[in-house]
Amino acid sequence: MSYARPNFRHPKQPENDAGFTRRDYEGAISTLCAGCGHDSTTNAIIQACFELNLEPHRVVKISGIGCSSKTPAYFLSRSHGFNSVHGRMPSIATGANMANRDLLYIGISGDGDTASIGMGQFAHALRRNLNLNYICMNNGCYGLTKGQDSATADRGSAGKKGVPNPYESIDLCELAIELGASYVARGFSGDKKQLVPLLKGAMAHNGLAFIDVISPCVTFNNTASSTKSYHYVREHIETTNTFDFVPLQREILTHYDEGTSQEVTMHDGSIIHLHKVDSSKDLTSRQKAVNNLEKEKEKGRFLTGLLYVNPEIDETHDLINSTLRPLNTLTEEDLCPGSEILDRINSAFR
Amino acid sequence: MKPTDIDNPEYFHKVIDCQFACPAHTQVPEYIRLISQGKYDEAYAINWQSNVFPGILGRICDRPCEPACRRTRVEETPVAICRLKRVAADNKNQATNFTPEVPEKKNGKKIGLIGGGPASLTVARDLLSLGYEIDLYDDQSRAGGFVRTQVPSFRLPEKVLDEEIDRILDMGVNTFFDTYVDNIKQITDKGYDAIFVGTGAPRGRDLPDLPGRIDGDESIFIGIEWLAAVLYKHVTSTPQKVLVLGGGNTAMDCCRMARRLGGEDVQVFVRSPRSDMKASPWEIEDAEEEGVPMIDNHSPLEFVIKDGKLTGMNFEKMTATYDNKGHRTLVPTGDPPVFIPCDLVLLAVGQQNAFPWITSESGIEMNERGLPIVDKITHQSTVANIFFGGDAAFGPQNVITAVAHGHQAAISIDLFCQGKSLDNRPAPSTSLISQKLDMHDWLYDSDVSEDKRSAVPTVDKVKSLHDRLLEVELGYGRKTGHKEAMRCLNCDMQTVFDYSTCIECESCVDVCPVSCINFTENGDEEDLRDRLLAPADNRDQSLYVSPVLPTGRVMVKDENVCLHCGLCAERCPTASWEMMKFTYNSAQAGKK
Repeated sequence: MSYARPNFRHPKQPENDAGFTRRDYEGAISTLCAGCGHDSTTNAIIQACFELNLEPHRVVKISGIGCSSKTPAYFLSRSHGFNSVHGRMPSIATGANMANRDLLYIGISGDGDTASIGMGQFAHALRRNLNLNYICMNNGCYGLTKGQDSATADRGSAGKKGVPNPYESIDLCELAIELGASYVARGFSGDKKQLVPLLKGAMAHNGLAFIDVISPCVTFNNTASSTKSYHYVREHIETTNTFDFVPLQREILTHYDEGTSQEVTMHDGSIIHLHKVDSSKDLTSRQKAVNNLEKEKEKGRFLTGLLYVNPEIDETHDLINSTLRPLNTLTEEDLCPGSEILDRINSAFR
Repeated sequence: MKPTDIDNPEYFHKVIDCQFACPAHTQVPEYIRLISQGKYDEAYAINWQSNVFPGILGRICDRPCEPACRRTRVEETPVAICRLKRVAADNKNQATNFTPEVPEKKNGKKIGLIGGGPASLTVARDLLSLGYEIDLYDDQSRAGGFVRTQVPSFRLPEKVLDEEIDRILDMGVNTFFDTYVDNIKQITDKGYDAIFVGTGAPRGRDLPDLPGRIDGDESIFIGIEWLAAVLYKHVTSTPQKVLVLGGGNTAMDCCRMARRLGGEDVQVFVRSPRSDMKASPWEIEDAEEEGVPMIDNHSPLEFVIKDGKLTGMNFEKMTATYDNKGHRTLVPTGDPPVFIPCDLVLLAVGQQNAFPWITSESGIEMNERGLPIVDKITHQSTVANIFFGGDAAFGPQNVITAVAHGHQAAISIDLFCQGKSLDNRPAPSTSLISQKLDMHDWLYDSDVSEDKRSAVPTVDKVKSLHDRLLEVELGYGRKTGHKEAMRCLNCDMQTVFDYSTCIECESCVDVCPVSCINFTENGDEEDLRDRLLAPADNRDQSLYVSPVLPTGRVMVKDENVCLHCGLCAERCPTASWEMMKFTYNSAQAGKK
């Protein structure tokens, strides 16, 4: 039985520009079921962090409860982490983010965590456009408690128990677009080629980036009758577009024909190039984004890829006009204005 | 690329780098695993079956397996395969009888062996158990060949040598010792069904044209002859200052022996740069450890004789230049000659084959290098019933190669005596057995040890330099042996992929510590190697490619640095990966 991965790595493992190898972004060995989609998502996160040259100690990972929320143990073991209670990831993330805006926040949640017990928290993090990468590993069931249908299970879909789900499902992406998230995407754990750039785009984005990752539960929800099985998803997947993520300070080497691509410049100067875009699918328009989702849903397809992005929306710190510096760098001098100023403030109220 | 044909036994055989590199294809991971389980007898038996001389080879083997060891590709040092062989030999039960059954009733075929070294003894062992009658001729008084006369006792004690050689002789070899065959006709006239020649490369090269060679003859010796003279106690001491010329293993044996016989100031002189020395690195280290400096880039000019006595040697300083093809030429630096005083010179500048006893009327044709024309596979000479093996066949190599030759020659002789075609050789016997015990449990220990290679303990230097019979290396004890055995990566535990059940969840890709598994679009080999997750630039190592999967991709695994840790199989939800033990037994004489 393997409780640990061997420490040997490929001798020619490349280093990124920050001097780290992929191994520096790894965590402990996963204890999830063999074949779990979450492990692939975890690996996509590792890959994205590696490719973005992030410094692990500048990253915070926060989660709630569930199979998905176990995964922060499996990546970035040299980062900060907080495993909170059920559905409460957004409030912990909000607190941490308010205290130190300089770090990169990765919130990990699942469909139970997000669409049921944590729905209230989810909604308010969205409307505040908190600068958080909200990753929902969505398998349509409660894997940790033996696979009961979750709120994202499609109507009529049946897991291992074989009973079709009678209720309407919640489309987290539509909700996110409607409630104010500024970067909304859907990925599939079985397609890292798409998922890694989506994650990179999210991490470069300033504001709430929500990524719904369809991440099959092999143990309870990978049946022929389930709409969240590897097979079903592969058969019914539709993509908005393929895209390149060009990080800041990288030379743009690809040439894009005019009219065939849409360019979105992120807050940090990185650029997202969307290929083969037709104008009806303008991803910076909320209305069109929701229409796109609904159209594909009518056809029984999952729309994946970047669904909506608007880098112009202010994030929470801008909205509340908070200090530009992390709280731990504020000195007594910064925090205590002195009696003279206090007197002036007090007199203004007289 | 086309899907890999894992039914071809050579595919998985090649993954077991050590076994593949071993000329006799010893099942290395299997015997190492048995050592880790304390099953020394079984480990010894596996060795004995394939390489015939585990105790001897566990000390003096050239170890082609070790540079091939997968471990060298993930860390600095290979598993101490050779020294583990010795652990098996040292710790086996003394009461266990490893001799196979020899049929009472002979098959009526009689084979003559000329030369009593490892190649001939291997032929004898393989054929005796099939009912052949064996006559062995050797000019020495005991069997063993160069392993006996040339390898000093401080590396290979006589007891170890005798045990393994006597085991074969006791199977019923008719020995004719102290019998120098001066014409092969003596043997061919005896009417043997087949004859095997394993007479080695018995002539040490001399430097006859070097000035002073004749006048200094009393103090100048051919290394291998001198070592034999030491063994037979014709030489019991050396003067203080000794020069050894040559950079091979014989030179290392000579200088270390000279240190034991009174040589205080012993130096090795080599024409070429040190990096080009032919001696095994560990033998050079051992010699240096005993205070013998290696002086490279010095070419001998003359023996300096004063009053009819050798007083030293003059050397010319050399430097190596390389042309754009990497071809080396040694050119003099132009510095004045260097005089090195000495009282004795040992020449270890190479060995040659010598067949003065093979006349043209025997029908054995020789090539332009003076070597018999021998088939590379069958070992048959131009005379149908005469076979060659060991150094006698293709020039000086090493003991394990001689053993491999012996096996092949025995197969040929057996086929020949039955009137069958020599080209119709028996196939290796192989098996592929699942190791699955439970969800995450295997029949083998899949943990990957991160321990560094253990050093072999040695006896006190002062003590060993006073006794030429005292073995320098003490060998690993059981505990260290176990620790070293655990370093083995179990390369015979194959990762076998069943594409028909794979759901492409890529859990294997995610968990693989060395990133060797990929799911990608197919392409030709160059293209694929370029696109894999981790650099796949070791062309000696295969890519394992599956048939096309439902998404149109293929699974491609670069075998190069796979740790055989089994994690891909543990993380696979559909058991599309499975760890299976691949056993590859090279064919031996008598196998169908």
